This record gives sequence, structure tokens and C-alpha cells, in this order.
Amino acid sequence: MARRRRVLSDAAVHELSICQALVRQLRGISTQHGGGEVALVKLRIGPLSGIESAQLEQAFPLAAAGTPAARAVLEIITAPVRIHCVDCGTETATAPNRLLCGCCGSLRTRLLSGDEMLLESVELELAMPAAAIA
Amino acid sequence: MCDTCGCNVTDGNRHLVEAGGRLARTEDGRAAVTVLQDLLTENDHQAAHNRMHFDARGILALNLMSSPGGGKTALLEATIDALDDAGRIVVIEGDLETENDAERIRAKGVQAVQIATGSACHLDAHMVHEALHRLELDGVEIVFIENVGNLVCPASFDLGQHANVTLLSVPEGDDKPAKYPVMFRAADVVLLTKADLLPVLDDFDPARAEAALRAVGSTAPLLHVASRKNPALQGWLDWLEDSLAAQRARLAEGSTGCAPVRSAHDAHHHHEHPHVDRHRHVHHHATDEAT
Repeated sequence: MARRRRVLSDAAVHELSICQALVRQLRGISTQHGGGEVALVKLRIGPLSGIESAQLEQAFPLAAAGTPAARAVLEIITAPVRIHCVDCGTETATAPNRLLCGCCGSLRTRLLSGDEMLLESVELELAMPAAAIA
Repeated sequence: MCDTCGCNVTDGNRHLVEAGGRLARTEDGRAAVTVLQDLLTENDHQAAHNRMHFDARGILALNLMSSPGGGKTALLEATIDALDDAGRIVVIEGDLETENDAERIRAKGVQAVQIATGSACHLDAHMVHEALHRLELDGVEIVFIENVGNLVCPASFDLGQHANVTLLSVPEGDDKPAKYPVMFRAADVVLLTKADLLPVLDDFDPARAEAALRAVGSTAPLLHVASRKNPALQGWLDWLEDSLAAQRARLAEGSTGCAPVRSAHDAHHHHEHPHVDRHRHVHHHATDEAT
């Protein structure tokens, strides 16, 4: 009981509401494609999205319980923080709290990657055996 | 962002979908569905709807974010006094519990709705929408949304606001932007609150705070503000009037339901950080939208 309470409180940040929204998306996708169980969920998350992958992994089973995604495996790809310098044109991989050009130091940079919070793809168990469809 | 017409399939990802038709099969016979949808699609839809509400009524909506105790409510009280027209303003207050902040605003004669979020650490677009329906918006020019005191979660949720106002109070220390890059990157203006404490808390160096803000790629203005005994609000009031004028100009051009100031949720939309004319920020985006 104590352990359950701890897990819930650890997950009781915005990652839980994000998981609830994700599960609603997954339900819709499953329904659209014949109601099969969700087997695999691939997410792409950047550090500048404000979402913590570890928290997301913890919250997901709570949000998914009792839905077609209850047994899904969550695969999270971490997107690197990459910027493009408007002044000198250099592309730099950098830290989330240092978005200055790695070459000339300019702050006129464009974020190429790092703020994603994207549901990339889903794999569904086919509701009927493949042979029955064919 | 739609599953019906396939407009979320681009040249960059088409091969993924077409490899084996719309329902490509994996090796173990599962159906593979390419989605490429933002995790906050639902929230962002509602936020766009809220923004249309605001625009239809010519209202400027501002999202105030800071740590708990950063001075958001005190700033609002002082701003209400300075603007001296209670009818122009309404306030939506977000806290985990209590009506305390809404009562402080109502004591100034301004309409306020308190959202008690329970355990949620942020406001979302749906909560703001509900609150909007509990407010009388005739004659209102500015909706202040005072988010839950938190430098983490609120940055991820678009509420339908036109600009984000992030407060950094002097007692918190000058390295906050380096510690909370997501929040400070989302700011359209950063207010250094409790600036009257600078002589006492002399380990806070405003130049260091500004350097940390610039290092997260922000060109947002950093304005000193004091809300208590001898209020010093001029820079903030100027920013506010400029933003109101920009919002009016944008609506006069017929642009409504514009993209949020922070567009980070759209992973395919690459945005420029620099905003050359800082004080025309809202307008600047509106121009982008119109072109």
C-alpha cells in the first residue's frame, strides 16, 4: 500500500495528465483500426519539451490500466538538442540551458530539435488472426 | 494533424506509411500505424479555441508563471491599482487549494475566478475554458491567467494566451533561467520582481540573471518590477500597453486564432528565437501569421 502511494505521488505531475491524453489518443487509434490491443508505443521526447521520460514511464501504466493500451510497451526516443546559428550557419548539439551557437557564441539561433513531444507510431495486435483476414 | 485525409503524412515520413500500405505489417504480424501527432493535441485544440474566444472579443490574454511566492498576485494587485479601471481586467487564478488569491483580486473590485486544481501542478486549456464561461467578458480588455506557482509543468501547456509573462523574484537567485530552461525559454517577457530587495540581497546580480536568460536563447525583455510599498512598474505597464496596441492592430488586420506565442509543441515548426522588435512581440507573430 505504501509503495502504491509513493508511485502515485511520484507520477502526480504533468506527466500523468500527458499520459492520460496519450491513452485517449491510443484508444482512438485502436478503435479506428479494428479494436486491436496496443502492443508498442513509440514516442519522441526532447529535453526542452518539459517532459521527463522516466516520469512518463512511471505514469503510463496508471493511465493505461483497463484500456486497449494496458499491456503496451512504451519506447521513448530522446531527441537531441540541436540548434542552427542564424549568424554563422553552424549546427551545434548543445545542452538544454545553453542555446548559444557553439561556434560563434551568437544567441540568434533556431532550434532544430529538442522540444518534441511526439507520438511517432503505434503497433497493434491484429484483432483477428491474419489468416482470417486473408 | 488529422487521421482522415492523411495530411499528417509528409514527404519526410511517407515511406514509413507506404512500406506496406496504410496498415504496414511488422515481422511478427502486428499492424504498424504511423501517427506523428503531438502528445498534447487535445490540449492544443482547446487552447486554439480559447484564443479564438479572446480574439473574437478583442481581449489580450496573458499567462503569468513563476515559482510559488514569486509575486504574481502582488503584481496583479499593483497592476490593477495602476491601471485604475477595474472593468478592463479579469483574472483567472490557479492554485492547488483555497480561494485566497481570487479573494485578494476581488477586494480590488476586479472579477476573479479561482480554479482549484486539486493535485494538478498546472492549468490546462480545458480548465481555462471552463473558467472563461464563469466570467462576464463585456468591456474586458485583459485576461490575466495566474498559473499554478511552479517553474516546471505550466511551461508545457498552451492555454490560449497571447503571451507568457514569467516572473523571477530576487530572493530566488539569479541562476533560475539556467536551472529551468524550458520555462524561461517560453517567456515573452521576464519580470524581475521584488527588485526593491536588490540592495539587501546583494548576491543577486541582475546582469548574471540576464546572461542566464540569454543563454537559453531568449531575447525576451527583462524588466525590473516592485509591487509593494513604493510600486515601480513603469517598464511592465509600457510593455502591457504596447501588447494591447499590438493585439488591437492584429485584430484590425483581421487575423484571429493565431498560433500561440510559444509554438514549441509543433515539432515540425522551426521557429526563430530572435524577435527584433521586442515591444511589438504579439504583433510580430501576427505578421508572421498573415504572410
